[in-house]
Amino acid sequence: MSATAAPLLELVDLARHFPVRSAFGRRVGWLRAVDGVSLQVRPGETLGLVGESGCGKSTLGKTVMGIYTPTAGEIRFSGREIGRLPRRARRAVAKDLQYVYQDPGASLDPRWKVRPLLHEPLLIHTTLTRAERDREVGAILAAVGLPDAHLDLYPHELSGGQQRRVGLARILTLRPRLVILDEPTSGLDVSVQASVLKLFRSLQETFALTYVFISHDLSVVRVMCESIAVMYLGKIVERGPTARVFEAPRHPYTRSLLAAVPRIGGRRVIQDFALEGEPPNPRDIPTGCRFRTRCPLAQARCAEEEPALRPVDGRAVACHFA
Amino acid sequence: MAELLAVRGLRVDFATDRGPAQVLDGINLDVAAGEVVGLVGESGCGKTTLARAILGVLPESAARIRGGEVRFRGVDLLRQDPAAVNEQVRGRAITFIPQDPFTSFSPLFQVGTQIMDLMKWKSPRGRVRPAALFGRYPRARRRADREAVLDTLRAVQIPEPTRALRRLPHEFSGGQRQRLMIAMALLPEPDLIIADEPTTALDVTIQAQILRLLRALVKERGVSVLFTTHDLGTAHELCDRVVVMYAGQEMEAAPTDAFFGRPAHPYTRRLLASVPGPEGEIRDIPGEVPSLVAPPAGCRFHPRCDHATAECRVERPGPRDLADGHSVRCHHPVDAPAGAGT
Amino acid sequence: MRAVWFVVARLARDRSALIGLVLIALLVAAALLAPVLSTHPDDVFELHPSERLRAPSGTHWLGTDRMGADVYSRLLFGARITILIGLIAVGASLLIGVPIGLVAGYYHGWPSDLLMRASDVFLAVPQVVLAIAIAQTLGPSLPNVILALSVTYWPWFARVVYAETRALQKEPFVESTAALGASPWRLTVLHVLPNIASPIIVRSSIGMGFTILTAAALGFLGLGPPPPTPEWGRTIAESREFLPGAWWYAAAPGVAIFLTVMGFNLLGDGLRDVLDPRLRRSPARDG
Repeated sequence: MSATAAPLLELVDLARHFPVRSAFGRRVGWLRAVDGVSLQVRPGETLGLVGESGCGKSTLGKTVMGIYTPTAGEIRFSGREIGRLPRRARRAVAKDLQYVYQDPGASLDPRWKVRPLLHEPLLIHTTLTRAERDREVGAILAAVGLPDAHLDLYPHELSGGQQRRVGLARILTLRPRLVILDEPTSGLDVSVQASVLKLFRSLQETFALTYVFISHDLSVVRVMCESIAVMYLGKIVERGPTARVFEAPRHPYTRSLLAAVPRIGGRRVIQDFALEGEPPNPRDIPTGCRFRTRCPLAQARCAEEEPALRPVDGRAVACHFA
Repeated sequence: MAELLAVRGLRVDFATDRGPAQVLDGINLDVAAGEVVGLVGESGCGKTTLARAILGVLPESAARIRGGEVRFRGVDLLRQDPAAVNEQVRGRAITFIPQDPFTSFSPLFQVGTQIMDLMKWKSPRGRVRPAALFGRYPRARRRADREAVLDTLRAVQIPEPTRALRRLPHEFSGGQRQRLMIAMALLPEPDLIIADEPTTALDVTIQAQILRLLRALVKERGVSVLFTTHDLGTAHELCDRVVVMYAGQEMEAAPTDAFFGRPAHPYTRRLLASVPGPEGEIRDIPGEVPSLVAPPAGCRFHPRCDHATAECRVERPGPRDLADGHSVRCHHPVDAPAGAGT
Repeated sequence: MRAVWFVVARLARDRSALIGLVLIALLVAAALLAPVLSTHPDDVFELHPSERLRAPSGTHWLGTDRMGADVYSRLLFGARITILIGLIAVGASLLIGVPIGLVAGYYHGWPSDLLMRASDVFLAVPQVVLAIAIAQTLGPSLPNVILALSVTYWPWFARVVYAETRALQKEPFVESTAALGASPWRLTVLHVLPNIASPIIVRSSIGMGFTILTAAALGFLGLGPPPPTPEWGRTIAESREFLPGAWWYAAAPGVAIFLTVMGFNLLGDGLRDVLDPRLRRSPARDG
């Protein structure tokens, strides 16, 4: 990983809005799920994208992937703008840019056996012969730690963990360069989570992958990601090297977020936890700084002027008082 | 015994296609008055089944209680008349907070209606009588109950309680609905609240608020809580004591500091080690959770345990007291601080 | 093949479905083996006016009709017509309705709305009436009956396929296969279609029952294949003037129609229970 290499993925003011319709189908407003996000991901890096429900991190992942088309802004992958490509060209990008669902096992067609499932990506994107495909598939299967025997089984004949590995293998047959992981450990038991994280790490090494790791679980992000971007109501509020952000968070929301994470050992976190209230409805975003309704530092200026991301102490923060 | 709740040797089987699954294998569990006990374990360990067995709401067609007793205030609930238990204990002395606040309310009725319905049958001011289809709800009691409801809603920090009662469930956020569930669990003035993963579905900042609220309220009212979770961090935040289960057997029970600081059972140590650590190392537990239809004999963790010997494969260890309140079921408990090797 | 046997075995456990299966098997046997099973195979064409309207007896198991032909034998050959009409009409409806449903389900916006509104128009008119109108306009014959039935039945397939396709679009595996770069063609034909095969099969079975009933109605009204074709509906129409005396003349085809339609409906219901939920169950999950 080179610190001066050009970014593999670059988002410039990316936005994705959803129309909100009344009962009669008339549009009465916008849900600004992603509302102006800019970031860069360097080759070989793992970027963590954190935030709570409604912050837009999942929508951001899907928009970059092309599942949603951007409302505004640019997506540059390997220097090439991909957000506005026509459908057929966009499909070709899938070879290099892939997306893993929270439950990769659910991404498998229940009526297909594993072998055709793993051959399919190669059929779509390459012109390899049957024998060549067999060889590729065999290699990937070994890389995710599954035996050849599984090729003749249906997904429902495998355990949850094995289905997950097949789902990952399917994506890896394309040898993508960047993989977006959407809540990959959500709902998993701690020991299963550990196995899954280990698998991701080893795959990153084997295949020289770059990850965008979307999660609400800060302890997992801390372990897996070198850089982190914290989102709140569609915008990034703090962004920088994980170690720095965790050690000394600058944005009030990041501070509250980190303070809320239950910690084993020592004083109970909840005794000191101070953040009140709930995030505002994303259909009705506050003027100025979005966090001001819950922020302990909020003042008049926060309602008038939306803070921009500016560099502070080795990372970027969007706050007037950071 | 001074214990509010004492479970001894509870065995529960579930009927499955491939034969009976031995979901609980002789569980012992104690909850003292005013104590918050956390039941931790991974999926399939049986913690939810145990919670349901205590509450008496196991699915009748599929579950079979093979043996053991559930003593609440000295009385074995399993051997009481089910109707009496339903009247006097469930929803009164023992209440429940479910995991999913989204589906726990009927979407058709106002929240106030649903809560007042609860008070009609389970109010602490009401006479205990069999539930009839059209029971009388005396006006004086109704007023007193409504006052209690509004007070409790204020205590759980629902803004504008009087207006809130007239709203429908979908108008509340997840965190607010969980506060309502807590209120409903507190209103009958129970001795014990059983909470099944109450904050799993919530965001971390909301979770922190809810946990803080719950702990403050139960300590203030002297209510015991038995709460299940697979998140060790949450257990550390909320509980006075922690009990860990694996594959239908309880492995270790200890006060929170001792549980996290000096875990004695190899599984507990492995579990704590697999929590993502600040230094970035990731440790998992080799092997897989066993099938409960054909579980390993003796201690069910032995196939994955480094310290297993012949004894472990044959005989399930009985509870052994290590220190005050710290008991472990293991033939080879480890005596070292957490993190110092497994 | 193993899958088919599997399904049959499962069906056999459900009593009503089993009855349906047996009835259909009898129908198929009757149609295929008509020359072998019938006692007077030539009576489809030959006339024996001297033996007209004889009651059921040892020689004529179900009696004779107004032309002296053996009712039982004509019934067996009528089964061929019945199956033929059913198969072709349902087949054609399927070939029209399924692609329309797939396209309407996959795409959003006005093309899809247009297609579904078109099918709604067809559904709004009572099928029997529509079939009568078409058959009347084109003239009574076997191909016209089949045409009329196909034209009226395809919306049922389109509707089922549309609903299932829309539901399936939200499934993670469809979205993720699209994210993998699959073209709409590949998604629809290789992924969506196999997953909606079950509702299509169920609808086909029920459709057989329905089309056969409507075909009999058309035949009864004289809009079906002309004599001497032993079509069941027409036979009932012929028998009208001889009732209630020659009861066997109407009863035989009437009961045959009844059993056939009921058989297909029971089979369809049984298939609906057997096909989807059980095949989706995952045996690898533990308690």
